[in-house]
Amino acid sequence: MKPRRQRMIFVAVMLLGVALAGVLVLQAIGENMLYFYSPTQIKSGEAPTNHTVRVGGLVVEGSIRRETQGVTVHFELTDTAERITIAYTGILPDLFREGQGIVARGRIGEDGVFMAEEVLAKHDENYMPPDVAEALETARSGGKVKAAP
Amino acid sequence: MNNLAEFFHMGGYALYVWSAYGLATVVLGYNILAPLWRLRGLQRRLALRHAKNNGATP
Amino acid sequence: MWYWLHRFSSPAYFYRFAGKAIPWLAAITGLLLLAGLYGGLVLAPADYQQGDSYRIIFIHVPSAWMSLFIYMVMATAGGIGLIWHIKLAEVIAASSAPIGASFTFIALATGSLWGKPMWGTWWVWDARLTSELILLFLYFGVIALQSAGEDKRTASRASAILALVGVINIPIIHFSVEWWNTLHQGATVSKMDAPSIHTSMLVPLLIMAVACKFYYATSLLMRARAELLDREHNSHWIRDALKNHE
Repeated sequence: MKPRRQRMIFVAVMLLGVALAGVLVLQAIGENMLYFYSPTQIKSGEAPTNHTVRVGGLVVEGSIRRETQGVTVHFELTDTAERITIAYTGILPDLFREGQGIVARGRIGEDGVFMAEEVLAKHDENYMPPDVAEALETARSGGKVKAAP
Repeated sequence: MNNLAEFFHMGGYALYVWSAYGLATVVLGYNILAPLWRLRGLQRRLALRHAKNNGATP
Repeated sequence: MWYWLHRFSSPAYFYRFAGKAIPWLAAITGLLLLAGLYGGLVLAPADYQQGDSYRIIFIHVPSAWMSLFIYMVMATAGGIGLIWHIKLAEVIAASSAPIGASFTFIALATGSLWGKPMWGTWWVWDARLTSELILLFLYFGVIALQSAGEDKRTASRASAILALVGVINIPIIHFSVEWWNTLHQGATVSKMDAPSIHTSMLVPLLIMAVACKFYYATSLLMRARAELLDREHNSHWIRDALKNHE
């Protein structure tokens, strides 16, 4: 009976210790685990300008401009508070479109334009058939064609 | 026939969708076959050993 | 109930019971898989954003759920084995590890195959993907400790301790998408409010999830039987069982 009790206490103490260590580590990591910055953070200078960072947000509707020659594309990214302009040369993921959430990796140029080396699409957690999505959109905009951004 | 081709085409994502399912089938299939083979092998080996022991001391 | 538990945890009884249960579990697994795959790949409509590529969800999400579920079963069984020295619990923990590792691998690989066309990359080091990869390495560690050393019981105890330490990773994986900015999207089904997935897609997803649970039960019992036979090959009940071709 006694050794079993000891083993039980051993396991309990171990679990508590691990949980405590985990909480402490998570506290220490905190913001460093952020995968990307928001446009607001970039504007306010929270992101380092001397090395590669990631920025995430929504592609502003109607802001996508493709250069007539070459495959460079300019677009604006917003977190609904601030906007930054992003320039990117390369193949965009299938999900890249207006209003889509994306994450871009690159550097902030001196002119404030974010020079992206990589653009990844971030999709939301909603899954539905196209007709349902359409119906939802119509319902949300109160029957109007499209709500102003 | 057209429907079937469309089904396998997966709206252009055939490569990704079918690799995902193919891979899962292989891994999950292995997890059924591996213990089956192990059990069969062990049963055969142990039965043989027990038979030998019984033969030595009838 | 204690009587029943005690009887059930006796290796001889478990071996016989598992042998009878496996065909039934396998049959249920097969039927559920057929229903889930038909519902997911044929009946469910394409997604409004991702088209047909989202159909990977029907294997990706259940596998990810199983990777967490099996880990908890393994750690719990390991802990029970550690405290009460119950042989069957050690066998359950040892047999769960490879199945859990398989589901983790499937979740990572199918996620990669989904991420390439949708996100535009096979892999990113965001919190969700990284913590799931750590889970795979935890499984590998448990498997390695199981097969290290001659004494299976010592090996079981060592791997149980590792499994219990690794439990801290489980809530991290689950909440990673809420605590940090990740490329991986938030939870779809296990939200407090209604799941944000259409019923025609949710039903096959849940069927697949149940199918995976039954698959785990089937594979676990098969592995546990073989493991028991290996660990107990000198005991009397094995001789009797083999004589009766069980």
